[in-house]
Amino acid sequence: MSWLLAAPIIIPFATAVLAFLFRNGPEGRWISIIGAAGLLIASGILMAEVLAEGVVAAQMGQWGAPFGITLVADLLSAVMVVITGITGLAVAIYALADIEERLEKLGYHALFQVLLAGVCGAFLTGDLFNLYVWFEVMLIASFGLLVLGGRRDQLDGGIKYVTLNLVSTILFLSGIGLLYGMTGTLNMADLHGAVQEVENQGLLVVVAVMFMIAFGVKAAVFPLFFWLPASYHTPSVAVSAIFAGLLTKVGVYALIRMFTLVFTTDIAFTHTILLWVAGFTMVTGVLGAAAMNDFRRILSFHIVSQIGYMILGLALYTPLAIVGAVFYLVHHIIVKANLFLVAGVARRIAGSTDLSAIGGLYKTAPWLAFLFLIPAFSLAGFPPLSGFWAKYVLVKAAIDAEAYVIAGTALVVGLLTIYSMTKIWGAAFWKPHPGGLQPKLSSLAPRDRAALLVPIASLAALTCIIGLFPEPFVQFAERAADQLLDPSAYVAAVLGADEVGLTGLAALEVTE
Amino acid sequence: MMNSIILNAATRLLVALLLMFSVYMLLRGHNLPGGGFIGGLIGSTGFVLYAIAQGAPATRRALRAEPQSLAMVGLGIALFAGVFAVFFDDAFFTGQWLFIGATEDDKGLPISTVLVFDIGVYLVVFGSILTLVLALEEEV
Repeated sequence: MSWLLAAPIIIPFATAVLAFLFRNGPEGRWISIIGAAGLLIASGILMAEVLAEGVVAAQMGQWGAPFGITLVADLLSAVMVVITGITGLAVAIYALADIEERLEKLGYHALFQVLLAGVCGAFLTGDLFNLYVWFEVMLIASFGLLVLGGRRDQLDGGIKYVTLNLVSTILFLSGIGLLYGMTGTLNMADLHGAVQEVENQGLLVVVAVMFMIAFGVKAAVFPLFFWLPASYHTPSVAVSAIFAGLLTKVGVYALIRMFTLVFTTDIAFTHTILLWVAGFTMVTGVLGAAAMNDFRRILSFHIVSQIGYMILGLALYTPLAIVGAVFYLVHHIIVKANLFLVAGVARRIAGSTDLSAIGGLYKTAPWLAFLFLIPAFSLAGFPPLSGFWAKYVLVKAAIDAEAYVIAGTALVVGLLTIYSMTKIWGAAFWKPHPGGLQPKLSSLAPRDRAALLVPIASLAALTCIIGLFPEPFVQFAERAADQLLDPSAYVAAVLGADEVGLTGLAALEVTE
Repeated sequence: MMNSIILNAATRLLVALLLMFSVYMLLRGHNLPGGGFIGGLIGSTGFVLYAIAQGAPATRRALRAEPQSLAMVGLGIALFAGVFAVFFDDAFFTGQWLFIGATEDDKGLPISTVLVFDIGVYLVVFGSILTLVLALEEEV
């Protein structure tokens, strides 16, 4: 049991070590792919276990909760780890053709795997302080990936990224300190009960808002998102795809986890703030996207806008809304990472990501156009693709909760999303290439072509599957939402475990 | 790099002292203040001093291995110490102990995977600090 939970963290770390030691040869990239595949398999096994057994928890080093290092997986954690495995494998394959040897020698694959380990760790940890540690692991790895290569605009984006994230880290850490001072524990399951007994409930709300801001920076919500559009278009395509897919979602995950498990004492206050944040995030993100004129920049602003939808689900805090948030989270990671991957191919064959400098892709690379259309329309919420169901559930939940304004906002933002997607479509695919170039997929070497297109096609197929057969996925999201809204199983899995066996010196001392 | 005879002469002695002290801190860390992190910091201070006195190329020669590789090997060692528990059917990171020469009333010499983990941490910290410092030293 405990190895099942630890494997998604151990595998990427071990892969990182091996990939780094072999960074000068071609072995490094294959090690990275094998490691990512191993992560996907491990996450699949974990998922099967969680589906069969309910919430699973384990104590690393056999030091019992609430003192030890707790790893715990409920359905939300498990599905996030699976999605991390899927995106990780797709991007690792894509990197075969995308990452130059120069970057590989600098340790690209190792950083990438450490990032995956950090993301999985954040999803699986059951302890607030460990969550902070995993955020740091992610921050270090992602900063390394962001500035790898050392171009001027990369450093510019990287500095903004790391500065704002450090502010978030400081708030996070202060919040942890205050919370520990009030409750005497940092184990999330333990906190669930402990916060009810805090005398000064007002202070607790203050701490809740500190966490909200800290995770809000990570999740790139209004008004804390400025680092994201400033940095995501600068690194290699594979890097921005994995960032776009996973990094902000860890922030969203942390928000969902903390504001369903721990900070539920004053929902009227905290979740109303979240509702406002959600609305503004959706609107500013999509307006920012409409104003941009670069493939990856438009997509970056879209991340912000889409984050708003997930926060909306959390803010409404009805069972259906949480279902929507979970469904949105899963659908969004696949779609968003895929769009960045398509942008990378467009850049490879048409020469740029600036929309005024490219064009003609529909005529000469129709397959790429098709592969762009699926995630783009899914993002905008076209039936029958996955985004439609995600938006449908959320809007339905908003109307059920009689939050008509936010439901209307969500629909209008959906329309504006289509607007900026058609902008990319019109500029990159329909209008002729301004330089007279005829961008063709056949201009790529066959090996590169396979490495670039296989992940894109697989992710697109996954989008279609979720869209055409949403029933099992919605049912799954319902079960996940049930677990989130009724954390008793989660708490029991972590704390209910009876005496943990003593080993080592402790056992020796007992026997003496 | 500084051209100072005093620093040069003092460094020879200090580097050896700092490295020895770092190992001492590493080993005493199990029960007393110290451990892999602090040991690694102290150990890297020795080579930082060497880099200030003799320059980055000389430090790289003295290190023999690339500092970033040292850090990654350290990460591997730490990970191995954690995974080692699998052979004993324990949870990840459960400490495994071996008591050399243990008798009825004496524990003997305890050796544990906890120490191996600390050595890994030592190398990670040591390697990372030197990677940063040498990169900065070469930049200037």
